[in-house]
Amino acid sequence: MEAFIIYITVFVLAIFVGFEVITKVPPTLHTPLMSGANAISGITVVGAIVAAGSKESTVAAILGCVAVIMATINVVGGFLVTNRMLLMFKKKK
Amino acid sequence: MGISLINIVYLVASVCFILGLKGLVSPRTAPRGNMIGAFGMLLAVVATLLDQHIVTFQLIIIGLVVGGAIGTYLALTVEMTAMPQMVAAFNGFGGGASALVAATALLAPGDLSNVPPTQLYVATAASGIIGAATFTGSMVAWAKLQGVLNWQPKSDVLQKIINATLFLASLALGALVVMNPTGHWAYWLLVAVASVLGVMLTVPIGGADMPVVIALLNSYSGLAACATGFVLGNNVLIIAGSLVGASGLILTSIMCKAMNRSLAHVLFGTLGPTAETASADEVYGGKVKSASAEEAAMIFETARLVIIVPGYGMAVAQAQHSVRDLANLLHERGVEVKYAIHPVAGRMPGHMNVLLAEADVPYEQLFALEDINDSFPEADIALVIGANDVVNPSAREDTTSPIYGMPILDVDKAQTVMIIKRSLSPGFAGIPNPLFATPNALMLYGDGKEMVRELTAALREA
Repeated sequence: MEAFIIYITVFVLAIFVGFEVITKVPPTLHTPLMSGANAISGITVVGAIVAAGSKESTVAAILGCVAVIMATINVVGGFLVTNRMLLMFKKKK
Repeated sequence: MGISLINIVYLVASVCFILGLKGLVSPRTAPRGNMIGAFGMLLAVVATLLDQHIVTFQLIIIGLVVGGAIGTYLALTVEMTAMPQMVAAFNGFGGGASALVAATALLAPGDLSNVPPTQLYVATAASGIIGAATFTGSMVAWAKLQGVLNWQPKSDVLQKIINATLFLASLALGALVVMNPTGHWAYWLLVAVASVLGVMLTVPIGGADMPVVIALLNSYSGLAACATGFVLGNNVLIIAGSLVGASGLILTSIMCKAMNRSLAHVLFGTLGPTAETASADEVYGGKVKSASAEEAAMIFETARLVIIVPGYGMAVAQAQHSVRDLANLLHERGVEVKYAIHPVAGRMPGHMNVLLAEADVPYEQLFALEDINDSFPEADIALVIGANDVVNPSAREDTTSPIYGMPILDVDKAQTVMIIKRSLSPGFAGIPNPLFATPNALMLYGDGKEMVRELTAALREA
């Protein structure tokens, strides 16, 4: 129970930080915001890596491997495409 | 690497994500912000690889290499006009991965996480529902935006009943997972039901409502990661997931406000002509004037301020580069050019801004609705390219109109409004646009790109 309270605390505070930070993003950057935030949501790759690397259950490991593939597409693709877009916004200045 | 050291690295990664998103407050600092976010991700991955729970690297390396290659290929080859479906697909992968990770925690409890059982199972059920629905919903959104799927049933009562049933069924299965965690079938059935729910929720939505759905799915992909964080007892997932969840929710609410519709109405309601809606013949009957590119160019010759209003049609016609050429020519002739961007123009938040940035239009020339609307009365020409509902004055004047109350760009207040459009066909809302019949409006019939080019050529010769 104690641990759960700590996780909930982190969750609620992070939501507030998210609202504070993201309301300041101008509309011009809303698409890069989505793709960049999307890349960050690929953080689930961290859990996927542990699942794919623990051999306790092979089914779990294979599911973990599929999860690593999906999450890595999300992370690598997301950050790269965001970078591509942001450089277009920047080059004119 | 010890567990506390790994957690410190995760904390640093979380800080990187926050700083990265903070960088997005201005186009100048944004590329660096994105780099900081990516660096945080790299830190988190490296720290995880040093986790003592990991005994074999084979599957991890396969996963990272395959996923990295696919992600790189997609990111480097995608056309800017196809960005909405790309983001939709990425959202889906993130959501799907979260649901799978939660599944592995259920299959091998104690191996991945040591959170209290109730938290583990409740969070696993939540991650399964959100993740699976995000995955299939995003795939449907992708297919629609890509033009692969054109089927769009009207949302009706039967569908609402089916959706409600599916939702309640997934909750019931979630309860079953919590009560009987060793029976894995309940989890897989839950994933199946949530997958169907994701499809059913997204299939009736199309066209101008897409930005809302993309933003919402973006939020869900974050919440799925967050739920998986609770499954694993991992703060970096909880923090990163919450940030993304908040971001998606903010964008969703901005999009809904820009259409003056509630989220429930976008998701479950229908938008279309009502009995009171005037027919196209009544609205247009003999009052619509059209002009050729040459005639339009003559009006441009004496203009001082031109406001360009792009819409989804500009993206479809890939006209952003031609529009930039026209704007540059006008600029050389001493004409001031501004762009007016409606929040829901295009198929995702900020879609028009990205296309114009691709065409080297400086972002200082791009103005949001509330910043530009006062300038229309001073404008000699408002040039509308592929936008319709967002410039429909019925939203302002006709209380019986289905789009009444939606904030619009007041292009009709400009000296002359030119509308580049293939025909008088209605926009997403399916209603006629009285703007086209106003005395100061001129229709320039044709493909967006072709017409802008002809206009530029005619102006150059003049």
